[in-house]
Amino acid sequence: MIRIANAQGFWGDSLEAPLEQLRGGPIDYLTLDYLAEVTMSILQKQYARDPQAGYARDFPQMIERGAKEIVQRGVKVVANAGGVNPETCGEAVAAALARAGYPGRRKIGVVTGDNILDRLDDLVARGIELRNIDTGEPLASVRERVRSANAYLGAFPIAEALGQGAQIVVTGRCSDVALSLGPSIYEFGWQRDDWDRLAAGVVGGHVIECGAQATGGNCQVDWETIPDLAGIGYPILEAEADGRFAITKHPGTGGRVTVAGVTEQLVYEIGDPRAYITPDVVADFTTIQLKQAGPDRVQFGGIEGRPATDFYKVSISYSAGFKAAGTMTYGWPDAYKKAKMADRILRIRLERLGLRFDAIHSEYVGANACHGDMLSGEPSPNLAEVTLRVGVRGSDPAAIERFTREIAPLALNGPPVVTYPASGKPKVEEIVAYWPALIPKSEVQPRVRVREA
Amino acid sequence: MPRVQLREIAHARSGDKGDCANIGLIARCPKDYPALVKQVTAERVKEHFRELCRGRVERFELPNLNALNFLLYEALDGGGTVSLRTDAQGKTLSAALLRMEIEI
Repeated sequence: MIRIANAQGFWGDSLEAPLEQLRGGPIDYLTLDYLAEVTMSILQKQYARDPQAGYARDFPQMIERGAKEIVQRGVKVVANAGGVNPETCGEAVAAALARAGYPGRRKIGVVTGDNILDRLDDLVARGIELRNIDTGEPLASVRERVRSANAYLGAFPIAEALGQGAQIVVTGRCSDVALSLGPSIYEFGWQRDDWDRLAAGVVGGHVIECGAQATGGNCQVDWETIPDLAGIGYPILEAEADGRFAITKHPGTGGRVTVAGVTEQLVYEIGDPRAYITPDVVADFTTIQLKQAGPDRVQFGGIEGRPATDFYKVSISYSAGFKAAGTMTYGWPDAYKKAKMADRILRIRLERLGLRFDAIHSEYVGANACHGDMLSGEPSPNLAEVTLRVGVRGSDPAAIERFTREIAPLALNGPPVVTYPASGKPKVEEIVAYWPALIPKSEVQPRVRVREA
Repeated sequence: MPRVQLREIAHARSGDKGDCANIGLIARCPKDYPALVKQVTAERVKEHFRELCRGRVERFELPNLNALNFLLYEALDGGGTVSLRTDAQGKTLSAALLRMEIEI
């Protein structure tokens, strides 16, 4: 049995969770997921400005803080912190270990080959159109505006790096579940056609990939009585060679691991449950059998998988215009009515200015912003306050910029009982949109390099 | 037959893939799962979300987990970074579905 602990559900998740996972009890692997769909474009932008940047800087800092436990207890670490510059991230990890007093004694593995940005024109010229999976459009329609392009690699390159003795493995873009599946493949010698075992590893990875969402975070069932959410334990996957596994957390930590909570995570961000497609296997979520096997412990079994497809998924980001959103808060009485009137006034002014937007969207936070007015029902005139939030989107940054100047005046020249953020006018943001596509596996060659730090 | 709000008998979690939202709906008790299967149809969910969801709704069954999974296409105003909504990733749509009433 191996114990795989996840401590980062996204870049921005708890900075303390990795240390708590290292210190809270025995673990064999620590996994950290830093890359959301749009993170790559941000990192690509940083890399364009500075060839020493383009990776998750939080990761080497975490390694430095946890170096003692990692080295002394032999915990292996797998993270997709490499972003668009895994090699430099690997060097930064080596430097972090040296700063912590452990120079030249650890092997660091780096997985690359996911980045296809420089090859896009060649691929398209050879008839690999990289059509958008959702809309069917060919990449050519946004080619000029592409910012990053990465294939989601699978778990076998990670297993290979571990096989070559790496204690810390840094990857660029790979499937989220690969971070924990790689260790199981390496430890148990799972083969590329062990479909059921690989599927089990994928399901386990899916459960822990969002961190504390598996241990009581965001859980709707009995949420008020979940103990000590302030000290919530992050998930630990206890994997067996035959594919069975349990989800648990360190003793003494907060949160709760139940069938109900784990089931919420299982159905989170999935499509067809019979075909959860990853680079390594197609997992069938309708075969999963769950059992509460003790306090804070859910046992998984019965999982089946089918052969992987011939494609990698590609995540392409491209510039898609600009947006901004501003807010004004209206107080009791009739807060909603006042906010509504302010919105009408604002829209008339925008119209008179002749500003053109692709979209303008108004929300009434506190009344119906999340579920819309149809589902939320008529807001009470006694609401203590309602925040009007208006967003605009379009291709002309000047029009968006002009919009941001029309919010604040409402503080003096609109409906009464109004207050607004001291931070001033809203910021114009560039929109970086996401373009999912497929690429034949034969076009992508994952590379693994392991070296002594 | 008595009507109940789904929140009484089910829980849910929702998220995004681009402009598509997914809502996983789970019966708290296995005995209530058949009622979810029968009454919480893709058509009803589309009608429920007609203000927010411009595309179609697709439904999948996970009887092993007493769960249904719904995909709501064109439901996030363009999705993630494009959307102008507060809930650009559809995280609160799970609870919005639990407002629906069914007969038990």
